[in-house]
Amino acid sequence: MFSLDLWLGAIVLGVLLGCFYAAVSVGLSLSFGLLDVPHVAHPAFLVLASYGVYVLNDRYELDPLLAGLAITPLFFLLGLFAYRLYHETFERRGTDAAVRGIAFFFGIAFIVEVLIILQFGVDQRSVTAPYIGRSWRVGDLRIPYRQLVAFAVALSLTAVLTLYLSRTFMGRAIRAVAQDQEALRLMGANPVRVKQWAFGIATAVLGIAGALLIIVAPVEPMLDRAYIGRTFCVVVLAGLGSITGTLVAGIILGVAESIVLTMFGASWAPAIAFTMLLGVLALRPQGLLGRRS
Amino acid sequence: MRSAAARFWTGAILFLVLAVLATQTIGNQYPFFAGYVILQFIVLAVAWSILGGYAGYVNFGTSAFFGIGVYTAVFLVKAAEAPLPVQIAAAALVGALLGLGVGLLTLRMQGIYFSIATIALSIIIETLVINWRFVGGAAGIQIQRPPVLPLFDSYVQMLFVVQALLVVLAVAIARYIQNSWIGRGLQAIKDDELAAECTGVPTLRLKLLACVVSGALMCAAGAPAAMYLQYADPSSAFNLNYSVSVLAMSLIGGTAHWIGPVLGAILLGVTQQALAVTISSEVNVLVLGVMLVLFVVGAPEGLIGLIRKLGRKAAAGGA
Repeated sequence: MFSLDLWLGAIVLGVLLGCFYAAVSVGLSLSFGLLDVPHVAHPAFLVLASYGVYVLNDRYELDPLLAGLAITPLFFLLGLFAYRLYHETFERRGTDAAVRGIAFFFGIAFIVEVLIILQFGVDQRSVTAPYIGRSWRVGDLRIPYRQLVAFAVALSLTAVLTLYLSRTFMGRAIRAVAQDQEALRLMGANPVRVKQWAFGIATAVLGIAGALLIIVAPVEPMLDRAYIGRTFCVVVLAGLGSITGTLVAGIILGVAESIVLTMFGASWAPAIAFTMLLGVLALRPQGLLGRRS
Repeated sequence: MRSAAARFWTGAILFLVLAVLATQTIGNQYPFFAGYVILQFIVLAVAWSILGGYAGYVNFGTSAFFGIGVYTAVFLVKAAEAPLPVQIAAAALVGALLGLGVGLLTLRMQGIYFSIATIALSIIIETLVINWRFVGGAAGIQIQRPPVLPLFDSYVQMLFVVQALLVVLAVAIARYIQNSWIGRGLQAIKDDELAAECTGVPTLRLKLLACVVSGALMCAAGAPAAMYLQYADPSSAFNLNYSVSVLAMSLIGGTAHWIGPVLGAILLGVTQQALAVTISSEVNVLVLGVMLVLFVVGAPEGLIGLIRKLGRKAAAGGA
């Protein structure tokens, strides 16, 4: 059967991978989890961010992480704009906003995919950095540095966001708008402005997440489809809107994928996220650490 | 009411006669290649809107049902060299069972959760098929067409007529549901499921029925695709593009009436066929995305809504 070393390796790599999954999902945890926006274009924006990082790295030899940081303001603006459009066309009109909202974001995702294909072609793209392509040996286990970088950045990103949501005025307002929009309005705050700001933050985070995506592995334009399952799985498993839950759920998914990969091979891996997602939706829709009971 | 039914069936028979006549008079094969795809999308869109339009449950698993239809046919051909009608009937049966399964699994889910669950199902089934060696696995499988019926010049022409039959079947079922108490019940579920349940609408049974009928039609529409392409592989049979195309066609046409998805499928299908020939398949997907966004934002009721609005304006102008 499988040796202990193999199991240990699978689990260690799974935890690292899981933190990376948490980092790419944390934006969706804000936009879908807290704001109830059916943002299926989240993974498409993620891949778009990776291509932004690729351009900066390829042309100006900027470190991918710095490049990711550099494009966050642009993605913040993109988020503000996207939410404004969504709000004006769906939330204000009310009826079956969710249904047509999903269709809307799927349309956006397709447009982003094709624009990337038209600009960059369908080939895989990757970035160069000193920590890519080398690994750290611990006994028999080889841990690629790129995974470690993704792990560290993912942890800091989650920590910063948790602090932001609990310690700052705007962060608390975002949590308040998720709990009770009307109460916030009665307090004299404009819920739409708060939600727009939150959506901006959720999209800005994708700058960093996109950098991690292209650091961990090469990207191609249709990669977003694989991440629809992973990101929604993490967010739903986490319990909508829980940032700590996102980290836990990411690690669960990462370890599960890593073990299945080791035991059954890569062809089974795509179904893991969706099977878990389906299981959670059918059995425990409020997630592990849900905000709603 | 009776005259409306008579008109509908006259139209349907006329449509079938024209389809058969076309195969006897047009020598060029290309119109049938393109027409087949458009007819296939009409069946899928009409089937989709039984659950998605009338009941308001947005199913993103069209690709799952379509792919299952394709692979049911592939399996039967490989295992028993079953003839085409058997393939289609078996696919419809499997689709009905799968629809029932989806309905039972997603009982507690509404809105986006139902949609995500159906995407999940599509990917899971695709992964199962990828790992199923007997039907070719990830690499796909070649299929030999049996000899065609003597009535037709080529197999594609026959498939064209078969798909035209399925169109009539799907539209007739959708029309029946829309005009009967089933349609009114589904409409009540769409408006307010809790209120419907409280006023005595059997929401559970109606939802399951819609899942079963919609699933059976989608799988039946997928079954001839194996013979059409003479080839099947998981990543194209379960392609997410089917789900989004069919959703787009229904929303573009409008989901309040069975004619909506038909119009949407014709409009988008013809555009896609024309673009695929003249420019490229990437631009195809771009057009799909842009049209979806434009219609969802600008014309929430679809083409039907636009036509009705124009009608009202004309009436107001005339009076």
